[in-house]
Amino acid sequence: MKPARFDYHAPVSVEETVALLASLGEDAKVIAGGQSLVPMLALRLAVFDHLVDVGRVARLRGVERRDGSVWIGAGTTQAAVERSGDIAELVPLLARATPLIGHFQIRNRGTIGGSLAHADAAAEYPAVALTLDAELEAVSPTGRRTVPAAEFFTGLWSTALAADELLTGVTFPVWRGRSGFAVEEFARRRRDFAIAGAAVAVELDDDDRVTRCGIGLFGLGPTPARAHAVEKELAGRHVTEIVAEDIGHSAMSGLESVPTDQNGPASYRRRVGAAMVARAWRRAVEEAGNG
Amino acid sequence: MAEIRVEVNGTVRRSAVEPRLTLADYLRVDCQLTGTHLGCEHGVCGACTVLVDGAAVRACLVFAVQADGAEVTTIEGIAPDGELSAVQTAFREHHGLQCGFCTPGFVVSATAFLRDNPSPTDDQIRDAMAGNLCRCTGYQGILNAVRAAAQSSQERGNDDRAS
Repeated sequence: MKPARFDYHAPVSVEETVALLASLGEDAKVIAGGQSLVPMLALRLAVFDHLVDVGRVARLRGVERRDGSVWIGAGTTQAAVERSGDIAELVPLLARATPLIGHFQIRNRGTIGGSLAHADAAAEYPAVALTLDAELEAVSPTGRRTVPAAEFFTGLWSTALAADELLTGVTFPVWRGRSGFAVEEFARRRRDFAIAGAAVAVELDDDDRVTRCGIGLFGLGPTPARAHAVEKELAGRHVTEIVAEDIGHSAMSGLESVPTDQNGPASYRRRVGAAMVARAWRRAVEEAGNG
Repeated sequence: MAEIRVEVNGTVRRSAVEPRLTLADYLRVDCQLTGTHLGCEHGVCGACTVLVDGAAVRACLVFAVQADGAEVTTIEGIAPDGELSAVQTAFREHHGLQCGFCTPGFVVSATAFLRDNPSPTDDQIRDAMAGNLCRCTGYQGILNAVRAAAQSSQERGNDDRAS
């Protein structure tokens, strides 16, 4: 037994969960799949007096097609996301990011809500949520609110969730029309955390001009980021005028806190990041062009 | 202490456990099933891989209380006593193990993988096995073993259909 002692709570409803969170306060932590939390507990990087396990809250699981969007319950495992035909069809970017998460044994336990709430800067799901302007749904004892992904990731492993709030689901908009999607990342060992990665969503008009695009970056700062300036510059331009490598370099220029660590200096990470953006852009545009 | 009921390799067990007891420690200490090995104990090496309700998971990243009500299969339950499964046979024939420490995790992972992907490509095998670490055998023998296990299962399947 490596983790420190804790009291274990296994609520079966969202209401019961948030009531527990409200009464236990900062000493409590929600556990879903536990694939990020349990290693931290085992290494005693984190210690909590109470763990509130949401694994038995049935309402947190599922995938629902809604008008122009797809709702995914926070407790839905990454393996279930990977198997979902609805997600493959309607939110291809999310479907393509999923096999890149950990290993299949990790995805059997890990959940989409856990990944978003853990908010690792090098993780795929936060970057995909940001790229597609997903909306996160949180419930507290006082009610329900919706947080845009752009406001959700507030810092290293930090989110806009309050101590008594539970992430219950995430809604992804469906991109219709001539659109294309790609995720590219680089790690030294297959399926390790990415040194840097990029997610690209692009939509073209019938003349192959960019009508809209999203470029999400991960592993390149304390939170996932969007290359907003580059996206704005690309709107309305013809794809043949756009050089993928230039976009990659431009996307890196706005970044201020690129980490230096055992994988190498920040300058190296920027080069990797630029290459990932360029690759993802080319693949996404190719798919959109065929649509 | 929390009361749990877990079906391990077909046997129902009721136990009182501390919440911080991992499923891996529960299997090794409380159930005396020491075939599940513990390497890193924080989800990196895959040596402790078991099946929970059929899904391959790292037993060091699940608390025993979370497995309450579940069916668990460990390496001891992969084949009947005294017999080897197709995956185990292939590991023996193709030098898929040397010291054997990582082997239970590899065999359980490969068993779940081949059940869901009966005719994988080499790249799919490499991807699926990337979550288990081996420090002495070398991965080539393991890759050969998983490939051979897939082929032998398919041949058996074809024979069954022919007969």
